[in-house]
Amino acid sequence: MDAKTLEAQLLELIRRTSTRLPGDVVRAIEKGWRREAKGSIAKSALRTVLDNIELARDKSQPMCQDTGTIICYADLPAWCDEPTFMKAYERAVVKATKVGYLRQNSVDSITGKNSGDNLGPGNPAFHLHQTRQKSLTCRMMLKGGGCENVGAQYSLPRADLGAGRDLAGVRTCILDAVVQAQGKGCGPGILGVCIGGDRGSGYLASKEEFFRELDDTNEDPRLAKLEKRIVKEANSLGIGPMGFGGATTLLGCKITHRNRVPASFFVSVSYMCWAFRRDGFRLSESGKVTRWLYD
Amino acid sequence: MLLEAPFTEDRIRALRVGQEVEITGLVYTGRDAVHKYLHEGGKPPVDLRDSIIYHCGPVVVKEKGRWVVKAAGPTTSIREEPYQGPLMEQYGIRGVIGKGGMGPKTLEYCQKVGAVYLHAIGGAAQVLAERVVAVEGVHMMEEFGSPEAIWEFRVERFPAVVTMDAHGQSLHRDVLAASQDALRQLG
Repeated sequence: MDAKTLEAQLLELIRRTSTRLPGDVVRAIEKGWRREAKGSIAKSALRTVLDNIELARDKSQPMCQDTGTIICYADLPAWCDEPTFMKAYERAVVKATKVGYLRQNSVDSITGKNSGDNLGPGNPAFHLHQTRQKSLTCRMMLKGGGCENVGAQYSLPRADLGAGRDLAGVRTCILDAVVQAQGKGCGPGILGVCIGGDRGSGYLASKEEFFRELDDTNEDPRLAKLEKRIVKEANSLGIGPMGFGGATTLLGCKITHRNRVPASFFVSVSYMCWAFRRDGFRLSESGKVTRWLYD
Repeated sequence: MLLEAPFTEDRIRALRVGQEVEITGLVYTGRDAVHKYLHEGGKPPVDLRDSIIYHCGPVVVKEKGRWVVKAAGPTTSIREEPYQGPLMEQYGIRGVIGKGGMGPKTLEYCQKVGAVYLHAIGGAAQVLAERVVAVEGVHMMEEFGSPEAIWEFRVERFPAVVTMDAHGQSLHRDVLAASQDALRQLG
């Protein structure tokens, strides 16, 4: 595949990610809308959300004006090395910014100057791996600042919360994060959680949970049970869409774990807004998309 | 109900928490950089008397010589909590559109000066962009960049919910307290 084809396919991936929500997310929002009381602000908020999803797709325009941090995961086969991939992806990002699929969203943290093209130190955020597969797999997500800001990391034990170093303590932390977030992260939200790891790996793993589909089941039965319980309990707190009050506070909760050193016990909670923009594809060496991963 | 310009004190004080409104008139975008600038004594490039400020960093592109709004939902408002109240008082700002709500200091100023907080649906950038019928100007684009600039948006029937009013009521304060109670009961 030549560089132009790779760039064009990546631009299409970015366009789709910014303008469409995955099917599992739309279904979860529809379920929430059916559940909310007739005539409530919560129901009307979710109606607007559903209208917005349709409009963004039909107009091929960003779901949300905050097109977020561009997070890119790719498994690269022998025919595509890292520099080739990164260059093509960056060119696709610049183009996507120019035509308005992406907002100018990369700001120099020292000077405050916007780079204007979404490139800069750490932007986009690449996570690249080699693969022995024949095809190239690329998954990406756009994570807005509002939801990123309400993420939280807990170091257990936490006497003030009554949270010890066990799964009960983990549950306490997660529910605390939900109450702290209220509507500020554009709920109904989805949580990605990592138990353990260090501060960096914990947050990273918590975000990688967002690549799971909302209706899957955790392979670890203990975590599957905890995920279900968190969603049910969070939805009984009355925070609701946008924090207006209501029965739909969380659309999902995905939990993973990493080993830790004996001295540390972190619970890292990432919050994703309802505008949960993730997509991905598999690309053959001839430049054809053989599969979209989240339809 | 319809909330039409001019946004006079009487019209604003008549609003109550929980009301769904549709705003028609001119609103100015302003977010982090603008609030910091005004707070530090910078001169506003537009007249803010009886105005509505919209916490929004839109996607706007130039097509055939004119500005086109591609996406324009609200951004998180709480970051402006230190500045908002005093700026409402100093410049006569009557309303703030945003998301996530604001804190006790802003609520106190809403009551004092006759202002409200209008909650738009976060993330609904397309539904809301459709209600921006014209871009009438842009200020401080050079200094702050496009998302942080002051955009003059002519809006028609722009939907929002009154979540903080000029009578000391705040939906955000109430939902927070109720959810904390509910969490305590879960144990």
